[in-house]
Amino acid sequence: MNFGKQLKEGLITQNPVLVQVLGMCSTMAITTSIMNGLGMGVSVLIILTASNVVISAIRKIVPDKIRIAMFIVVIAGFVTCVDLLLQAFVPAIAESLGVFIPLIVVNCIILGRAESFSYKNGVGASFVDGICQGLGYTAVLLVMCFIRELLGAGTLAGFRIIPEQFPVGILTLPVGGFLVLGCLIAAMQWALSKSKEGK
Amino acid sequence: MTDYKNLKLIATSSPHIRGSETTQGIMKDVIIAMLPALAYACFNFGLRALTLTLVSVAGCVFFEWLYRKLMKKPQSIQDLSSVVTGMLLAFVSPVQIPYWMILIGDAFAIIIVKQLFGGIGKNFVNPALAGRAVLLASYAGSMTSWVDPAAGKAALFGSNVDVVTAATPLSYMKGTDPAALAESFGNLTSTYGVKEMFLGQIGGSLGEVSALMLIIGGVYLIWRKVINWQTPVAYIGTVAVLTFLFPKAGSSLDWMLYSIFGGGLMLGAFFMATDYATSPVTKKGQLIFGVGCGLFTVLIRYFGSYNEGVCYSIMVMNLFVPFIDKYTKPVRFGVVKKEGAAK
Repeated sequence: MNFGKQLKEGLITQNPVLVQVLGMCSTMAITTSIMNGLGMGVSVLIILTASNVVISAIRKIVPDKIRIAMFIVVIAGFVTCVDLLLQAFVPAIAESLGVFIPLIVVNCIILGRAESFSYKNGVGASFVDGICQGLGYTAVLLVMCFIRELLGAGTLAGFRIIPEQFPVGILTLPVGGFLVLGCLIAAMQWALSKSKEGK
Repeated sequence: MTDYKNLKLIATSSPHIRGSETTQGIMKDVIIAMLPALAYACFNFGLRALTLTLVSVAGCVFFEWLYRKLMKKPQSIQDLSSVVTGMLLAFVSPVQIPYWMILIGDAFAIIIVKQLFGGIGKNFVNPALAGRAVLLASYAGSMTSWVDPAAGKAALFGSNVDVVTAATPLSYMKGTDPAALAESFGNLTSTYGVKEMFLGQIGGSLGEVSALMLIIGGVYLIWRKVINWQTPVAYIGTVAVLTFLFPKAGSSLDWMLYSIFGGGLMLGAFFMATDYATSPVTKKGQLIFGVGCGLFTVLIRYFGSYNEGVCYSIMVMNLFVPFIDKYTKPVRFGVVKKEGAAK
């Protein structure tokens, strides 16, 4: 397996959020500050990589008919680990992410990669795929957090950049999440179609 | 773009008969129709009404030019549609909001709502209303503090009075407690008579206060055949009927008159709900569209958390336009409807 190719797929051509349009719920909900985005992105990165590896390792012994249930059990195990770790070591982030950490169990990105990639590929490739897709997710979260926190609240990671009366508050509301994500998806499609034309 | 004027042979698909109407001509008429209301706003609120409108127009034209330039698309500012958007956005804003605030609204209206969807004719909600919705959600404080018209006139004639904020008529007409509502509506009717309401000597957004001036503009547009009478009549009629039948305080007639003259109903009905890109094509569809706008306006005013429902009601109905167009599609000439066939 080609690491560079997988990285390019995860970050750009098969980006989980902007191209596959998966994991919308958490993307909308938590991208209001950089720290939230970082916490969520890293959590998903770790869980995705770990569950990809385990699912890939047990793929030969899992019966086809109950594979989804097995995926969920594996993912839920890792989510619980990460949830407890976050609560123990970074309680502030755990508190602000709230229910969205337990909800990673049903995050489509992780289930999607389990079904479409690690159930069919070897452990090594699945490990790399988990990291690449996780990085793609984290990158999009950080871009969205950057836009929404800077323009919507006027701060970056809690530090005030823009004076209080100026920021466009709508960006921190749920509707702002849809707006920013829509614009990012449009920009991504535009860039992809441009590069296709270039070839 | 093909240079049609210098082509010897024009080979195109039908229709071959071209009207003399152009987008630019229509937009010019809309601008002319808005001038009485703008003049009245200057009289009512002082010269700031004019400067705010000019800044907003300049902002809209600039953002349109900038986007088309950056995207290397043919320039479209000469069709004047961005001028109309700029004027409308200023018309639905309070007169004292800072210039940078209206420029943010302009940028959102032109770049996100209009140009990202492909420019004129492709936007699915009214850009000026979307700009207002964004400003209202972002800067609720500035967007809902209104200038007392008396103070505005003082500024126009040179005296140095600080801006006095005043409540709009609609805020007197909001409430769930019948006794309190009856009292505040009584205060409203004793402060402003129906004549003041009709002429527009009341607090409110820059261009929405004078029902008279807006009706003059609207009648001009209908006379010039720029808009059909269906949408505004259905819209205002629905609000009138509903408020007459279900008054919340005072007499039915008073409640109805204050409902249709207060707030942005006239502006919305004549200038916003009739926007070509975001309203139905057929006359039957325009009637349905107007009734829907009226219904949502009354529902928001009666049961919603905002005082005014015109902006959101038109935006909601904008989203229904594809469905309305689909179900009011006229039968083509020569097509016979089958008995019992599904519509």
